[in-house]
Amino acid sequence: MMRLFIEGAGLLGPGLDGWSASRLVLAGNAAYAPAPTNLRPSDMLPAAERRRSGVPIKLALAVGQEAFLQAGRGTGTAATVFTSSGGDNDNVHAINTILATAPREVSPTRFHNSVHNAAAGYWCIAAGSHEPSTSLCAHDASFAAGLLESATQVTVDSAVVALIAYDHPYPEPLNALRPITAPFGMALILTLRQSNKTFGAIEMDFVSGKAEETRMQDAGLEALRCGVPAARGLPLLSALASGKPSQVNIAYFNDNHLNIRVVPC
Amino acid sequence: MQPLVISHRALANSLGLGSSATMDALRTRRSGLNPCAFLDVDLETYIAKVEALDRVSVRADLSQYDCRNNRLAQLCLEQDGFADAIVAAKEKYGAARIGVFLGTSTSGILQTELAYRRLDSQTSALPPDFHYAETQNTYSLAGFVCRYLGLAGPSFVVSSACSSSAKVFANAMRMLAAGVCDAAVVGGVDSLCLSTLYGFNSLGLVSRFPCKPYDADRDGISIGEGAGFVLIERATEAKSSDAMFLLGVGESSDAYHMSTPHPEGLGAKLAMQRALDSAGIAATDIDYINLHGTATKSNDASEGNAVAEMFGESVPCSSTKGWTGHLLGAAGITEAIIAILAVEHGFIPGSVNTQRLDPALPIDYRIDNASGKINRVLSNSFGFGGSNCSLVLGRQA
Repeated sequence: MMRLFIEGAGLLGPGLDGWSASRLVLAGNAAYAPAPTNLRPSDMLPAAERRRSGVPIKLALAVGQEAFLQAGRGTGTAATVFTSSGGDNDNVHAINTILATAPREVSPTRFHNSVHNAAAGYWCIAAGSHEPSTSLCAHDASFAAGLLESATQVTVDSAVVALIAYDHPYPEPLNALRPITAPFGMALILTLRQSNKTFGAIEMDFVSGKAEETRMQDAGLEALRCGVPAARGLPLLSALASGKPSQVNIAYFNDNHLNIRVVPC
Repeated sequence: MQPLVISHRALANSLGLGSSATMDALRTRRSGLNPCAFLDVDLETYIAKVEALDRVSVRADLSQYDCRNNRLAQLCLEQDGFADAIVAAKEKYGAARIGVFLGTSTSGILQTELAYRRLDSQTSALPPDFHYAETQNTYSLAGFVCRYLGLAGPSFVVSSACSSSAKVFANAMRMLAAGVCDAAVVGGVDSLCLSTLYGFNSLGLVSRFPCKPYDADRDGISIGEGAGFVLIERATEAKSSDAMFLLGVGESSDAYHMSTPHPEGLGAKLAMQRALDSAGIAATDIDYINLHGTATKSNDASEGNAVAEMFGESVPCSSTKGWTGHLLGAAGITEAIIAILAVEHGFIPGSVNTQRLDPALPIDYRIDNASGKINRVLSNSFGFGGSNCSLVLGRQA
């Protein structure tokens, strides 16, 4: 069993404009009203990098910044775990289109934004962080993989970890084969020890075997959870927002799941 | 960190199939680089291609996973008795207690690049034989390896460009320490594709000649493809003095630029120091450094300055990328296995293609091969986005 404390959260999705603005909705105390994700360039980035930032970078920086603000920690002080099923899906479509026809002129910016760790790279520049940073993918289990990796960094390395999960839709024709319904990002600041900023704790086990996944009560939020890999973390945010002890199961492919007990602090 | 046993390994790259083929090529100074002949790529450069891949198809029950990257993964899993070792490990630990943590930069993107040439002329749809999750998705590699080996523990792919398959050692270390699994398959696979060839070319980072790491006249990388895997287990019983260990890992971020390393090697120094600290050893305990040494002006200057500051001219160093090419997401695992070979054989690889050392980098860079007692090797892997990882591998003190 791994025990972690939560000092900060960040959220940006359709009709979810920030963690603090969405707590009532997530707790089931206000109606969920879907609206396009409020994507905006981050003021953390220098002008040159801001111009080059695609959707994943906007998502990652927005939710990361919100979580660090709540935690009252400097952005350069935490290790980071980025997780995403896809990376920059607009960019990968553009590169594939360019490579399918002559001349194959992939721009330098397109190429360096194509690496799966582009959001991590931009974050570290913006945050001034020299701490370890990793970038994971586990298809539909990407959120669970990121949370599991973050938990081991906290418990084994005693690190303060910012977990940042994000995904956004592919353009066609890839969208038809891998539909992701909306741009969505969420972040958690995880620590080994409780502080005066701590607002929740989780006890987590990686468990062999399939389990019933915890669903969202609201049909719209449940559709979002199922429609975006990074949004598989929504039940955890919902449990934290409710302020009540609860139990959350998140699938880790068909073979395994994360069994999480959420305790508000 | 608690040292972990590296009990099995497998390699497949342009030097040949199996660890012994790589060892033989290192000894005889046979490079895997050849003039670029890959599909219809029209770039004047050298590449390190795995010719045997043309004759490989993935196991019939996994045909949806068929792509160059997963073929290379399968080819490698069948080398060095690795797949058989996993059968034994499953009996010992159970399939659910063995994790799979792998690195790749581009996974099966070649499959998508080729599919985009065959879009439906009416609907622009991708062809029906294209399988996104099983090929293009970054996780495809781990999904394939889990199924091929019949493993059911935690799995994910790390994709942090050229540090990917070094960083997975750190993931495995933490998963074992946290008790999430009892053993881990760690490794990486990257295969030739147009995205990386044309992408690195657009940045002006690809040499027209075989790459010359740490040469005063170095002018860029040569791209290669390759795969490597190791099985990592806890050191629960007395191991023979021949046992190879993961002794330390260090990770850091440059926070400097997306595609250029920090000029003074700030992130590189942090990663190397953290690896030494993690192993509980000093710089003087390192007997050989396998450098990242991509042969770009900026990488070798940045890394060389960092190594000079930490190790001076007292530790033999080299980059083996003149042999293998730059294996990107498979560089970390390939060079970790080369580090193990160096310890086992008392062998210090030099550097092929390098002719005139850069006088601005005061380190003990070796062009010629040498022999001597080697107990501990530091292996560096640094990637785009300023993602750095250093490993300490070898015998336990």
